[in-house]
Amino acid sequence: MAESRFPSPFDVPTPEGAEGWEELYTYSSLFSEGRRQYEENRFWFWDSMHWGWAMSPWDATHLEYAIASLSQYNTRHYLIPPANGIDYRVLNGVPYFSPVTIEDGPTIEGRVPHFMERAGHYFMNWDDLYAAWLVKVKQNIAEMEAIDFSPLPEMEATDIVTSGRGEGTGWDLQEQYHKFKDLSLRVWQYHFEFLNLGYAAYLDFFGFCKAAFPGIPDLAIAKMVAGIEVDLFRPNEELKNLAHKAMDLGLADAFSADVAAVEAALDSDDGRQWKEAWAAVESPWFNFSSGTGFYYYDKTWLQDRSVPYGFIADYIAKLKRGEDISRPMEAVVAERDRIVTEYSELLQTDEDRATFQGKLGLARTVFPYVENHNFYIEHWSMSVFWKKSRELGAMLVKEGFFTQADDLYYVKRDEVDELLWDLYSAWAVGAPPAGPTYWPPKIARRRQIVEALKKAKPPKALGEPPAIVTEPFTIMLWGVTSDSVQTWLGSAEGTDQLTGMAASPGTAEGPARVVYSADDIGDVRDGEILVAPITAPSWAPVFSKIKGTVTDIGGVMSHAAIVCREYGIPAVTGTAYGTREIKTGDMIRVDGNAGTVTKL
Amino acid sequence: MADYIVWFDDYTDSDHGRVGGKNASLGTMIRAGLPVPPGFAVSTEAYHTLREHSEMRSKVNRALHDVDFNDPVGLRRASEYIRLLIEEVEVDPRIDLEIRTAYEALCERCGMDEVPVAVRSSATAEDLPDASFAGQQDTFLWVKGAEAVVEHVRRCWSSIFTDRAIAYRHAMHHDHEIISMAVGVQKMVDPRVAGVAFTLNPHNGDRSQVAIDASWGLGEAVVSGEVTPDNFLVDKVLREIVRRIISPKTIEYRVNGEQVEKVDVEPERQAVQCLSDGEVVAVAMMARRAEKYYGKPQDVEWAIDKHLPEGENVILLQARPETVWSRKEVKPISQETYDPMRSIVSTLISPLHTRDP
Repeated sequence: MAESRFPSPFDVPTPEGAEGWEELYTYSSLFSEGRRQYEENRFWFWDSMHWGWAMSPWDATHLEYAIASLSQYNTRHYLIPPANGIDYRVLNGVPYFSPVTIEDGPTIEGRVPHFMERAGHYFMNWDDLYAAWLVKVKQNIAEMEAIDFSPLPEMEATDIVTSGRGEGTGWDLQEQYHKFKDLSLRVWQYHFEFLNLGYAAYLDFFGFCKAAFPGIPDLAIAKMVAGIEVDLFRPNEELKNLAHKAMDLGLADAFSADVAAVEAALDSDDGRQWKEAWAAVESPWFNFSSGTGFYYYDKTWLQDRSVPYGFIADYIAKLKRGEDISRPMEAVVAERDRIVTEYSELLQTDEDRATFQGKLGLARTVFPYVENHNFYIEHWSMSVFWKKSRELGAMLVKEGFFTQADDLYYVKRDEVDELLWDLYSAWAVGAPPAGPTYWPPKIARRRQIVEALKKAKPPKALGEPPAIVTEPFTIMLWGVTSDSVQTWLGSAEGTDQLTGMAASPGTAEGPARVVYSADDIGDVRDGEILVAPITAPSWAPVFSKIKGTVTDIGGVMSHAAIVCREYGIPAVTGTAYGTREIKTGDMIRVDGNAGTVTKL
Repeated sequence: MADYIVWFDDYTDSDHGRVGGKNASLGTMIRAGLPVPPGFAVSTEAYHTLREHSEMRSKVNRALHDVDFNDPVGLRRASEYIRLLIEEVEVDPRIDLEIRTAYEALCERCGMDEVPVAVRSSATAEDLPDASFAGQQDTFLWVKGAEAVVEHVRRCWSSIFTDRAIAYRHAMHHDHEIISMAVGVQKMVDPRVAGVAFTLNPHNGDRSQVAIDASWGLGEAVVSGEVTPDNFLVDKVLREIVRRIISPKTIEYRVNGEQVEKVDVEPERQAVQCLSDGEVVAVAMMARRAEKYYGKPQDVEWAIDKHLPEGENVILLQARPETVWSRKEVKPISQETYDPMRSIVSTLISPLHTRDP
């Protein structure tokens, strides 16, 4: 039975064992009686693409930083005429979003000249500003790398005293933590400096194509715009190079997903030569998360080599079979040019062809940023953020506040301010801190809460669905459309057919493999169809094994869709219930042209 | 190397005068990627060898000289007399051999012993490029076997002297010998599946799509509306099926000897998609080539031949201009000259899906 609305946020029960979950998140991110009228009258959807599981308190920091930064550019910088930001709430540990649209005509009209001036400046100077952006982001990463969370010394070094600084390492530690938070927020400021504008230019081209050719597949538009030399593909390309290198050095049999065995097999002159080749590219390219990079347990290739070693082993197996693992660059370029030429030929007037070329040109100008920011922010910057978080956690274990380093992730970012004050103050006084007895039981309880929240199935959306979804970024980023909302409403359990976005063309039939996280991708066998809540770009090598992909969430420009098209396998994204309805071993058919998944 | 045979596949513009207009257009279509059924032309040089029979030639000329054009019965009798002369005269053995050899090659290509062919006359007149020969030429369908093919080639030759053709030339003051005759020999299509294809979406005029209706057997079932065909929408550029509706196809027309019969489709075959995905795309691409060739949207009849090998079995039967959407006035999509910022503002304020279609 199709419902007409989603549950009220105030009617969603707390999962058993998760009582008191609210204290894990900032008060401003919770649904509350004070804003109840406002909140109940809105439509909220769960962003399971980025946050598919309950967040720890520390994880939630990036939700808040990201969505506030996104919103700030819409609302206060560029004055996107019909759209303010995205309001967000945390309920039972997962984030719900609600786009804040501007409805009244005069307000929209009033914003237009500001938008034209401000956004116009970015579009006019895009390449220069993007070049400057890369410098800024790398500078921010370098500053974050330099953050020092050393334990406080028994006594201050002599030069701190004799230099007449007038402050000490206790002050430094707090300053470093404040700076760490500021740099982390800045990651997200930079992330959205260009992104919304990039999507606006893309949507403009998208809209023109749909007006000219009502039935044009979304992915045809994506293919016309997609970049060729994309930094996001670079980590995977480097793995292929290392596979070749291993073959050249006669180390073909050294590789598997067993890191210890690989390291042992590399204990030779040739092995050391290979490791030098790895070391030459590991920074920055293997700052590559096996997940979204938003959870503390997502691991990068640098941290956990079992993933890249496993992929290298797969590539070596292919090379041994005589397969070509290189990206056919010329063919990719030729295909993109063919598609553009042929759609252009199908337009009926010269004016339309000129407009088409103009809009395509702008979309291609903005797209290197749209594709590459993912590496610089979600992978590289976040990789350094998590490394520093681990250092902070380890220091606090030494100081007796935590029993294990990842206890940190069960403390809210501003509670860490209080915690570090406790540490500093007790150190300064020379007396015992309160934290070592205060935090461990609290953290143990919070761990139980997050585990209980993870077991729950959060509602896909909350509140009254809009008659029509118009907010451009909601559609573009999350693939939330009027149709998908209706699908969520109508989708009863036990259905044999799922619908989603036709994200990568072709059809495939085969056994399903349901994968919830990077830890399980080693289970994927040749010829299976991958079913996952989302896929991460760092899973890329697995796409050369599988016949098709199904995800719960994501649009045709989601990271996963881009990689699927790159690998030429059919994908249906945004099915909402793929991982719930499909079990490993089920025979399924994926139709990446129609956007349907059928259980056979 | 055959002197009197021109395969449609090998046709070049320099062959135009030797093969006649009809065969030339078949050759040109194949060259443009429009796969008409395979076959060959028996060139005008073969017909010209008849003129070497001086005795027959003088008999023909005498008969033409004597005929009274005001006497239809006498005209018909003269025509019959001349045609018999031509059909019975000895054919140059080299020509006879070349025709038989070509026919056998065609049989081999179709994987059949005696492939049924259509034998068509194609009159030409080098000095009369604009002459109409409409209705003056014969076509013979379902001709089987080398012996019968040679015989029907001769009947095509003799069709230059039908009573109507003789009367027409007399009225136009054309010399009878100005006319020459090539003959086309072409496989009869035996469709496993057939249907129609529009090179635009008939529902909204989207020119990036090809709409295909397909059903078992001959195209009659689809054209007459006696079955609900399988329906496909194919993106012309990505060359991908973007929508498919598979319907139960309860009857089919098929060829039985020279007869067309209507039969029930077995239940287990009714709901089966009648074209493979590859065939759907091949039909769509063929229709797209027809559209490019003719320079405007086309309504194409096509068939998948039972006997031709895969990759060569998509056959174009007929192409005519699409008439509904093509007649609409063409207006640019954007009303004003492209201005990037104004365009983006308009896209943001009025997203696509809130606009009137």
